[in-house]
Parts: sequence; structure tokens; C-alpha cells
Amino acid sequence: MNATAQTEVIKDSSMLLQKTMIAENYDELTSVQETGKKVSATFVPGNLNELVMCFDMLNNLPEINAINNGMRKKSGMMVMQAEKMGHSEDVCTYVKADIGSMSRGNIAPNGKPMPPPDLLLLSYTGCFTFMKWFELLRHEYGCETAMLHVPYEGDGIVTQNMRDYVVKQIKENLIPTLEKVSGVKFDIDRLRENLRHSAKAEDDFVWVLESAKNKPSPIDAYFGGVYYIGPIFTAFRGTEKAVDYYKALRKEIEQRIAEGKGPITPEGDMKDERYRLVVEGPPNWTNFREFWKMFYEDGAVVVASTYTKVGGVYDLGFRHDPDNPIETLADYCLGCYTNRNLSQRVDMLEKYVNEYQADGLLINSIKSCNSFSAGQLLMMQEVEKRTGKPGAFIETDLVDPRYFSAANVKNRLESYFQMIEQKRQGARSAA
Amino acid sequence: MSTAEIIARCQALYDDLDFTSAREWKNADPKRKVIGYMPVYVPREIIHAAGMLPLGILGGGDQMEVIHGDAYYQSYICRIPRSTIELGLTKKLDFVDGMLFPSICDVIRNLSGMWQLMFPDTYVRYFDVPQTYQDHIAGEYYIEELKELMAGLEKLGGVTITAEALRESTAIYNENRRLINAVYDFRAKQPSKAPSVEVYLLMRAGMVLPVEEHNQVLTDYLAAAAEEERPLRDNCKIVINGAFCEQPPLNLIRSIEMAGCYIVDDDYMLINRWLLDDVPLEGDPIANLSAAFLHASADTAAKYCDRAEDVGQYLLSTVKKTGAEGVIFTAPSFCDPALLERPMLADRMDEHDVPYISFKYAENSGQMQPIREQAGTFADSIKLWS
Ligand code: SF4
Ligand code: SF4
Repeated sequence: MNATAQTEVIKDSSMLLQKTMIAENYDELTSVQETGKKVSATFVPGNLNELVMCFDMLNNLPEINAINNGMRKKSGMMVMQAEKMGHSEDVCTYVKADIGSMSRGNIAPNGKPMPPPDLLLLSYTGCFTFMKWFELLRHEYGCETAMLHVPYEGDGIVTQNMRDYVVKQIKENLIPTLEKVSGVKFDIDRLRENLRHSAKAEDDFVWVLESAKNKPSPIDAYFGGVYYIGPIFTAFRGTEKAVDYYKALRKEIEQRIAEGKGPITPEGDMKDERYRLVVEGPPNWTNFREFWKMFYEDGAVVVASTYTKVGGVYDLGFRHDPDNPIETLADYCLGCYTNRNLSQRVDMLEKYVNEYQADGLLINSIKSCNSFSAGQLLMMQEVEKRTGKPGAFIETDLVDPRYFSAANVKNRLESYFQMIEQKRQGARSAA
Repeated sequence: MSTAEIIARCQALYDDLDFTSAREWKNADPKRKVIGYMPVYVPREIIHAAGMLPLGILGGGDQMEVIHGDAYYQSYICRIPRSTIELGLTKKLDFVDGMLFPSICDVIRNLSGMWQLMFPDTYVRYFDVPQTYQDHIAGEYYIEELKELMAGLEKLGGVTITAEALRESTAIYNENRRLINAVYDFRAKQPSKAPSVEVYLLMRAGMVLPVEEHNQVLTDYLAAAAEEERPLRDNCKIVINGAFCEQPPLNLIRSIEMAGCYIVDDDYMLINRWLLDDVPLEGDPIANLSAAFLHASADTAAKYCDRAEDVGQYLLSTVKKTGAEGVIFTAPSFCDPALLERPMLADRMDEHDVPYISFKYAENSGQMQPIREQAGTFADSIKLWS
């Protein structure tokens, strides 16, 4: 354990609340033998939490487990274990962390074994790796599988044909399979109720994200975004708990704004906001705190990020709609960030840089993730061209510690901050 | 015509990164359009029925120096997108009117977006095929996608694609598939008479020639190869799997054979053999193409396998059908679909005692010695234990 990890971490009450909720969720998952609840394994982008809950089933998210193992410094061994089992060093490390974990008994953060899934619910949104990942899981578990193929927004639009295809799959394949596995009859009113909860939480969630338009920003929309603002959204969307959580979080942020405070960091409130950044790409999890520290100790705050939109693009206006319960699920899956084409992604980044008055775009390019990474260099050029703000590029990995070089990342960040300073000076002397 | 003459022509087409033959085809008539496509599958029948030339783009191979393309990609992304960008930026594709990017992986998918941004005057379509296979769900979706593709091409070319034209094109591609299958069958039975490099070059010719010409080349080759005597080597027979997108250098194919392995089947240009049977000519031609895709198409890592028990069966049946004694899994470095699928295929091979080895390559791999050694040891072990 390094020195940073030993120091006491300072937390806001929302962080403590979300910690309790996540712990309860793991307890629920690891006690299905006693409760008889069924488990569906599914992914974050395009997850159908509201629907799954209609069948009294629990959601287990392998990506989140991999992230957890990454943050607890366990994923490195798991990745290597999977490689020993024949999985290529070139493929996504979430997959390998998951498979490696399985071969080591799949132990949840509470120390108890995770139950095997009763259903593999593959909502295949924005990444081809998911598809093969679930084939690999099916290969191991041999359980029931339901596939939801979500077409990609190649032309930057959702056509009626795409929507119809997803709706039909949900109605004719997914719901009957969920009924069969759970033994619970589908009740559309229950779905509507869950969607109503989602929409309420989504309003507050967006408010929290957009609070970063303030100066100083009261949140860090990347590190904080993935740590305590966003995760709750995927595992608890559709519940009353999520509605309450976002209400509480909003209050907390309102208070921060009133007090003129910057974001909370593991070492307390960030004091001096010097750089405002937009970040594209997932974070590194194995050295999460060390990575974050490189930002806050230099006064850099992330005001908007794209990774917090893989679970939905609510800030662009999407809300789950209880009046069109199945169609809204289709629209949700079709609209997730990684299911958007490059032009749409560039437009979003441009908008973020402008609307959040950022100093520039930083890309954290992830070795594992072709879905995010392929095309990012062009995206950076485009955003630089359109906004006139400098971009920077760093490379790390998700849960494979071998690909996190602290010295390299730090050097790059420092040069980037200097570049921003120079730009500012240039602008001042031109004025 | 001798096989040497036929192959010399195919080699010249392969070496020509300016795509002169396709340019000449286009220049013969100002109304003509050329539509590029990337692996693994697009319905070329529709492009043909629009009076356009489908042109397979398979990267730059080992003869092209990639200068600009590398600036667009991180080191951990395969090579085909960067050499394809290089082809675009160096104006080698400046005569291409449209580009189709099939749904094969996230890299090709994102390349479609890059193409939209970098070459805004080109018709670009991300060609999304269904990953589920029921007619009333996936079929209806796919038929509409095919119609959208048709509409896009009609607009681009100022033409109307008639049902009759689609039927005629389907018939010509049925003939193409029959001939291609005949070449593969011929090689599986008498691999010494159809060296793999020749078969490869013949198939590559189909990426750039009009299908009618390709049919003639295939017919000529079959006739010439049957006549020619060639020395029979003491090689074992193997199937190549995983090379369905970025292509290996010719030297790699040659090295495998030289090392003692006759390649009796492969997935190099799967588009040629994607549809397994003749597509019916009666009825709605678009519905027929859809049904062929859903129910009688080849298997590859870019496709979802909806039943666990079917994973690897396509490869296994190929091994059985060709009498192969082993499998060489050879995938491009960083190729997600091929590398993710490989452990499942390997398990299926284990279940049936089919020996295999694995290695990776890039389209510009230069060092063949390790591959030759690995393939040579594999061939020896097969001979020893069989
Ligand atoms: S490739 Fe990227 S989007 Fe896909 S599973 Fe891995 S991290 Fe997630
Ligand atoms: S080689 Fe593999 S990863 Fe690369 S573009 Fe082709 S299918 Fe995708």
C-alpha cells in the first residue's frame, strides 16, 4: 500500500451514503442462496435496471466488479491469471479481470463468494467486446442467455427501424426470458413506476453534473463523477433509494456552491481552481487516487467528462419516459455515449469545452478499450480546431497496473498545464 | 492459359496499391461509381445491381510505408485502420465514391466516423448487420437496413435498383461463390496442385475485379491447375483461423506452407464465401439476401453465436470436411474479436482432439523465421502423432 492510500480519506456524506448502498447491494447479491433471489449479469452501458427489477432479480455488473478489484489492487493478479489461461494480452482487461476473478472463486468486496448468474443479459451497447465477453461467460457458466442487439448510430441518428428492432427484441425475447428465469410475470405498471423513479433521479443527476459550470466547480466531474456521482446511477437506477440519494447529493452541492467551495477530494476540499478540463475516456482504476492527486494538487478540476455518459446521456436531454416504457428503454440503449458516432462525440466534447468554460480537452486513452480509443487522436484534433483550446493525450489502462506509468502521466500533465498557462499569457498579451 | 500466367495477373493486381484496374473500369464510363468496402461482409449484389463496382479495401499490406496513418492511432491498435487511412490521405482512394464499413469490431466502426470527418465528400455508411437471427425481428430490421443501403446508392449514382437487376446480380454472385468453393474444394483434395499463395491471390483478385471477370479467372485457374503436375510434399493439412480482417503478408502464407503445412481452408477473405448456399432467385431478392445472411452464412468472431453448443462448430466442420489434421490460429495483433474468441475455439478443438497452435501477425510483419519454426514444429508433431 502506498503512502497516499494510508492517509485518512476525507468524505462528504453522499460518499458515505453511496458506500453503504453499494455494500448493501453486495450483501444482497451474496445472500441469494438464503433469499432465493435470481441474479442477472449485465453491463453498464445500456443496462435495463428498471426492467430487471420488475422480475425481483438482482443485477450483477461484471465491469463494476472488475473496477472494484482494480481499486483494491487485486485486478493485476486476475488479469495475469486469465492470460495464463490462454486469454490474449491484447484484449480488454475488464474481461480478463472478470475471468481471472472467476477462477479465484469470484469473491465480492464483502469477502463472500458472488453467486453464479441465473441469466446473462447481454445488452450489447457501444462495444463489440461485450458480445464476446458474454460468450466467454456463457462458456463458463452455461446458464440462460438473453441477447439485446442495439444497432450503432453510424449516421448519428436513431432511425425508426433501429428503434423497432430493439423494442421487438425487448418485448418478444427479453421479457419472456426474464419471466422464465425469475418465475415472475411481467407487470408494465411496475416498469412505469421504476421509470418514474429513474426520471426523477435523472433530473437531480443532471443538475449535479451541470453544477460544474460554476466557478469554482463544486464537483470533479471525472474522478468524483465516477467515484460517487455516477456509479450509483447504474446499479440503483429506478429505485427510490436513487431518488433520495440524488436529492441529498444535490443539497450537498448546493451548499458547496453557496459556500464558494471547490470539489471534495480524498484530501479535503480542493482550494484553488487553476485549470478547468474536459476529459474523454475511462479512468485508470488501479492507481485511481494517485491519478486523481496529480490533478487536484495542481489545482486542476475536471468540469465535464464523457465516461460518466456511458450509462446514459441525460445532460443532452434524455429522460426515461414512463408513458412509453419499452420504447424509452430502447432509446436509452441506443443513445449511450459509446453507441454514438465520432461526429456526435466530437460535438459533445466541443459543447462541453465551451459551455463549461474549460481550458481544454484531455484524453485518457485506454489500451484495453478500442470502443473509446480508436479515433481519439482525430477527435482531439477536431476539438482543438473547433474550440481553439489545447488538447493533451495520456495513455493508461483500466485495471492492468502494468500499463500505468505514474512518471509518464505526471510529466504529460505538467507539460499540459504549462501549455495552458502559455496560452493564457498569449491571450493576455494579445488583449 | 497457365496457372503461372493467371497468378502473375493476380499478383500484379495485388501489388497495385493505386488500384489501376478499378480506376480504368471507372474511367470507361463517366456515370460509373466505385464503392469500397472493408471486411468482413457486405452484400455486393446490391452494389453490382446499381451498376457500381464493389472494391475490397484490405489495408496497405507490407509494401506501403505508413507515415500519416500512424499519427491517427495509438500503438495498441491493429494496423489495418492506419494503413487504410494512409491509402485515403495519399489519394490512392480518391476515385472511390463510397465507403462501407461493416460491423465487425469497434475499430472499423470508429473508422467509419473518422472517414465521415476526414473525407466529407465521400458517401460513407456504417453497415450494421443483425446479431440476432429471427426472421420476424432481425430479418425485418436487416431488410430495412438493406433498403437504406439501396436508397443511398441510388441517390449517389442517380440510378434505380430494380428487382430484376438484383436477381441478375445475385445469379452472378452465386456463380462466383460456386467457383470459389470449387477452388477451395480442389485445394482441399489436392493441396499440392493449388498452393495457398496462389489461392490467396486468386481470392484477392476478386476484391478488385468486376465479378464477371473474376468468374473467368477462377474458371481458367481451375482448368489450368487440374492439368498441371506439381511436386507433392510430405506436408500435413491445416486450417487457418482468425485472419478475417487485417491480412497477413504473402510471405507468411508462403512460410506456413514451406514449413510443412498445407493450408486446406482459411478465413482470409470471408466475404467470398460468407453466404454458404446459392441465394434463391425467385421471390423478393432483398428478403432472400436477408434470409441467406441470417440462416446460411459463415461463422466468424465478428458474429454473435446465439447457442453455446454452436460455438466452434463451423471451424470443426471445416476441419472435418477438409480432412485437416490441425488448426493454426493466426490473428492480427490487437484484434479484439479474433483474440477474444480464440480460447473458446481452442476448447472446442481440445474436445475433439484437434491439435492447434497460435500466433499473431501484422500486415507488415517481416520476420518469418519464428513463424516458420513454430509451424514446422507443429507439422512435425502432427506427423509424429497421427
Ligand atoms: S472494450 Fe471498453 S467499452 Fe468494451 S468492455 Fe472493455 S472497457 Fe468496456
Ligand atoms: S484486425 Fe481485428 S481489431 Fe483490427 S480492424 Fe480488423 S477486426 Fe478490428
